Amino acid sequence: MAIAEQHVASAHTNSPVYEGFSWRSWLATVDHKKIGIIYIIVAFAFFVLGGIEAVLMRVQLGAANNTFLSADTYNQLFTMHATTMVFLVIMPMNVGIGNYIVPLMVGARDMAFPRLNALSIWLFIGGGLLLYLSFLTGGAPNAGWFAYAPLTQNQYSPGAGMDYWVLGLGLTGIASIAGGLNFIVTVLNMRAPGMTLNRLPLFVWMNLVVSFIIIFAFPTFTVASIQLLFDRQFGGAVFNPAQGGDALLWQHLFWFFGHPEVYILILPVMGMVSEILPTFSRKPIFGYSFVAYSGIAIGFLGFIVWAHHMFGTGMGPMANAFFSGASMVIAIPTGVKIFNWIATMWSGDLRLTTAMLYAIGFISMFIIGGISGITLASSPIDLQQTDSYYVVAHLHYVLFGGSILGLFAGAFYWFPKITGRMLDDKLGKIQFWLMMVSFNLTFFPMHIAGTEGMPRRIYTYEAGMGWEIWNQIETVGTFLLALSVLMFLYNAIKSIRSGVRASNDPWDASTLEWMIPSPPPSYNFLHVPTVTSRRPLWDAKYPHAAGDDHGSHSKPSNVRYEYTDENTPGAKDIHMPTLTFSPMWLSGGLTVAALGFIYINKEILGLPEGTAALGFIAIGIVMVFVGIRAWVVDSRRDSPYMSSHH
Amino acid sequence: MSSSVSHGTGEAHQKPLLGSMGVDSRKLGLWAFLGSETLFFVTLITTHLIFYARTKATLAAAGTLEHLDPRTHYLGIELTTVLATLLLASSLTMVLALAASKVKDWKKFRFWQLATILLGSAFVGGQVYEFIHLYHEGLKLAPQYVLEGETVKSLYGVTFFTMTGFHGLHVTIGIIWLIATYVKVAKFPDSPENPMDIELAGLYWHFVDLVWVAIFTLIYLI
Repeated sequence: MAIAEQHVASAHTNSPVYEGFSWRSWLATVDHKKIGIIYIIVAFAFFVLGGIEAVLMRVQLGAANNTFLSADTYNQLFTMHATTMVFLVIMPMNVGIGNYIVPLMVGARDMAFPRLNALSIWLFIGGGLLLYLSFLTGGAPNAGWFAYAPLTQNQYSPGAGMDYWVLGLGLTGIASIAGGLNFIVTVLNMRAPGMTLNRLPLFVWMNLVVSFIIIFAFPTFTVASIQLLFDRQFGGAVFNPAQGGDALLWQHLFWFFGHPEVYILILPVMGMVSEILPTFSRKPIFGYSFVAYSGIAIGFLGFIVWAHHMFGTGMGPMANAFFSGASMVIAIPTGVKIFNWIATMWSGDLRLTTAMLYAIGFISMFIIGGISGITLASSPIDLQQTDSYYVVAHLHYVLFGGSILGLFAGAFYWFPKITGRMLDDKLGKIQFWLMMVSFNLTFFPMHIAGTEGMPRRIYTYEAGMGWEIWNQIETVGTFLLALSVLMFLYNAIKSIRSGVRASNDPWDASTLEWMIPSPPPSYNFLHVPTVTSRRPLWDAKYPHAAGDDHGSHSKPSNVRYEYTDENTPGAKDIHMPTLTFSPMWLSGGLTVAALGFIYINKEILGLPEGTAALGFIAIGIVMVFVGIRAWVVDSRRDSPYMSSHH
Repeated sequence: MSSSVSHGTGEAHQKPLLGSMGVDSRKLGLWAFLGSETLFFVTLITTHLIFYARTKATLAAAGTLEHLDPRTHYLGIELTTVLATLLLASSLTMVLALAASKVKDWKKFRFWQLATILLGSAFVGGQVYEFIHLYHEGLKLAPQYVLEGETVKSLYGVTFFTMTGFHGLHVTIGIIWLIATYVKVAKFPDSPENPMDIELAGLYWHFVDLVWVAIFTLIYLI
């Protein structure tokens, strides 16, 4: 404890948080840190929206035969709640923190492709806005987040809602693939000298695994949604059994993406926890290789279990047996991780900061979600529980109890690095306990209601089914949960304005991001560090304790705190890519064109069918060309050869 | 498409962008992207094969497979063999263009690169011709096709056009990429970026050729 306090006390004064704010410096940025912050802020805004949708649904379900929401509104809300939380909250929040932290952890000055990174953020925002635009133009998507066929066909889902869903997620999908490629190249190719794969921080490892999952899982979803778009816009019927199509094919294609997607949501968070637990246990992670390799194993296994989402469709005993067995096998690498985390804490010098509490909360709640997951992996039990609230309970224990709690751990851990200020730890602890209690109040009774037969996705229910008390508890829990999220927002705003200044290394941590100022200067490292072990900063601070696994100091380490800013001598000689609006033009153009595709066979703005659509597509294409032109010009400016031969 | 940041000091930026893996970052990124694209085309091809098998089973059950099989009636082997030859030849010319660029023989490079562009364009032209032809023969973007006056309920057409259409789109993007590289090299023959620019365009070009080999074998030949 003494060391951490000493670091806080001797906080070096560096440039204040984002002094000299200008819109241009953010909208045209290619800096991975700024892009990371934009991801985090936008994802949090969508988190609030998705939360409001959840609260509205819980109000409706708080009493039997309630008429607060209509059935159609309810359908829109549950579809958008899930779509938002999966694609616009957890994924981008992971990407945002990864964007900020991964380059720092590997000792790089930016992502491998800064402009592509900017393209990803604006495409993600464009896709998210497009999805939410649907509320204003006649109704949001309402066929569920996994959009089962044939409900998504024109005759059952008239209106433009599902077209918004396909194209909005299409844009965020391109953003994700581009982001995945960027992370892969950054991690593999931008590492500081000595940062071997065997020394990568586990958060980086998990981001690498997730990036591979993204680039291999998303194409299937892209193809399926293109085919769905053809069904809806151009008279195909790939997923319409009435015309020779196949509804189950959608489920296979969707879940071939959708199940790996679950690991896209959880693995980065597991990586965060694998950084936080050692820091606050004052011990290296227990079984580094096992934690890393089990992450890779989960990534592989994630691709062969998709049909456990489809036991209810009657695939036959052979398929059921295979997918049951494969799903249960995933419990092994997951269990390995959990035991490693517990062993990391075992006999450690635990420091129960808010980040640590959230990390422990993550482990405990994720175990409950994992156990209900094992029950659902068993196909006979699944047949009983499928489409019931038991499934809703399970998925919230892994996605909220897992991903969201872990993200809060990461938020408390890295907030000082990102903003230069500490979050209020006392308020954080109150918020943590409020969230733990309200989370369990909200989601635990769903196990019981589900086991008692309450189906998911019903907008109301009859009195006397024995579900009322559980639903009332859940609704009360939801309000408290919303309160705890607002408490965090208050804490964040208050701390950015007047929180305690953070030193380079407020937690006395072990990884490279803590050797540079909080927040780091635009170029990150003035001197790129040479890494000689898995815990470069700990080894520099505690040389007597260094030298265990892979800590062989064959090469001298130059890891030490840097107190630098934009005016430090030598900083001007570091060439960073310059501001450019081209990614924004390009993604703006694609978003406008996507809007056009939605209305290709529908009327909008009172114009005849297709007219406005062609207009939007034309404007979009022009914007894309402006973007490409600007991209070429701006990248020439950054190219040493091109800029000297202009 | 995008340039990279080196992680070394300022002067490292002047050198080729070889990263920790000893590979150019853009090349590594493109390889990963082609991995992603492989899954994209595998899904399109699989979907098409599923519906073709289903159509065949329905026709066989009705005893009409002989004269209503969409593959034997629609897909003329002559035209597509010509198309496949054009595209395979373009892979060869691409290799020659890259080889010329490695020895900085820009005249030769321009010749072979132009040949690649022309062969690719001929392929796309041939595909457009094939699509129009099929449309007139009764194979449309619709859940049925019409053969010899009979309407067959089948998704053969929809999945065929999506699959080959997206491949054609990729070839078109490849042609634009090749033209862009051609223009850039013509404008800046001394640029140290040229060999890698050409190699990347070529890598992508060989990939779309390879996809055609898969489609040609699985959809047209077997």
